[in-house]
Amino acid sequence: MAEDIQQKLEKYRTAPFDARFPNQNQTRNCWQNYLDYHRCQKALDAKGVDTAPCDWYKRVYKSLCPLSWIEKWDTQREDGTFPGKI
Amino acid sequence: MAHPTQLGFQDAASPVMEELLHFHDHALMIVLLISTLVLYIITAMVSTKLTNKYILDSQEIEIVWTILPAVILVLIALPSLRILYLMDEINDPHLTIKAMGHQWYWSYEYTDYENLGFDSYMIPTQDLTPGQFRLLETDHRMVVPMESPVRVLVSAEDVLHSWAVPSLGVKMDAVPGRLNQTAFIASRPGVFYGQCSEICGANHSFMPIVVEAVPLEHFENWSSLMLEDA
Repeated sequence: MAEDIQQKLEKYRTAPFDARFPNQNQTRNCWQNYLDYHRCQKALDAKGVDTAPCDWYKRVYKSLCPLSWIEKWDTQREDGTFPGKI
Repeated sequence: MAHPTQLGFQDAASPVMEELLHFHDHALMIVLLISTLVLYIITAMVSTKLTNKYILDSQEIEIVWTILPAVILVLIALPSLRILYLMDEINDPHLTIKAMGHQWYWSYEYTDYENLGFDSYMIPTQDLTPGQFRLLETDHRMVVPMESPVRVLVSAEDVLHSWAVPSLGVKMDAVPGRLNQTAFIASRPGVFYGQCSEICGANHSFMPIVVEAVPLEHFENWSSLMLEDA
């Protein structure tokens, strides 16, 4: 499992087509992957397990989300004002 | 880019634009033929000395000029829908670039691997070097590898803008808080110009877009250089 993730990450070119977000508006795609990465981090950290599988979500949100959005959300998370549930 | 006294589209630089161009030729030809026919009929009717006072109904011609327009409309609709669905096909991009609209410049982010981002301001007219195009050149171009499907996610940081490159057949509104996806393939290497296509304030006409399509190795060299400079 971990090796598959490694392989997928090594062959990563850009965020692949996601059937959950097939249309022009990709806002939710970026948002969902950002949430999924931090939720994954939090969950695997809590279990004390290696968080490498979470890196897929990180690569995808880094590809899709504008840098200013990521900075804003990171600051909000630190301040405790992040509107999403992590 | 556009040239003086230009009447038609710019040369296509992507497969989609080629399709659109050919479809436009097809539809325009039909329209011109119909218009010529109608104009001829009008002049013929107006310039004849013959009159006909006894015609009552004309089943045959009524059938003809109902069926024929329906057929013509189908001949226009089928290629049109073909292109519409072609543009909507799921593509597998090799690269994602974010184009963010600001007042009054574009910024491009290439974040698939490293965090490469840079601003792209118009070169003021007094700073142009000979051979450069007025109001179209920028200090940094959006470089893409040729013949690769590229996904562009367009958004804005302040007001509405629109990212358009006519020769690639691309126009996508830049809406703050929204990520609009479009894609293209540059079929040939070259430099392709566009301009902001949504009114965005005083310098709306002065925030152009320049896409430069190059072979893959040149793209890789360029992105390494840009990362070093940043």
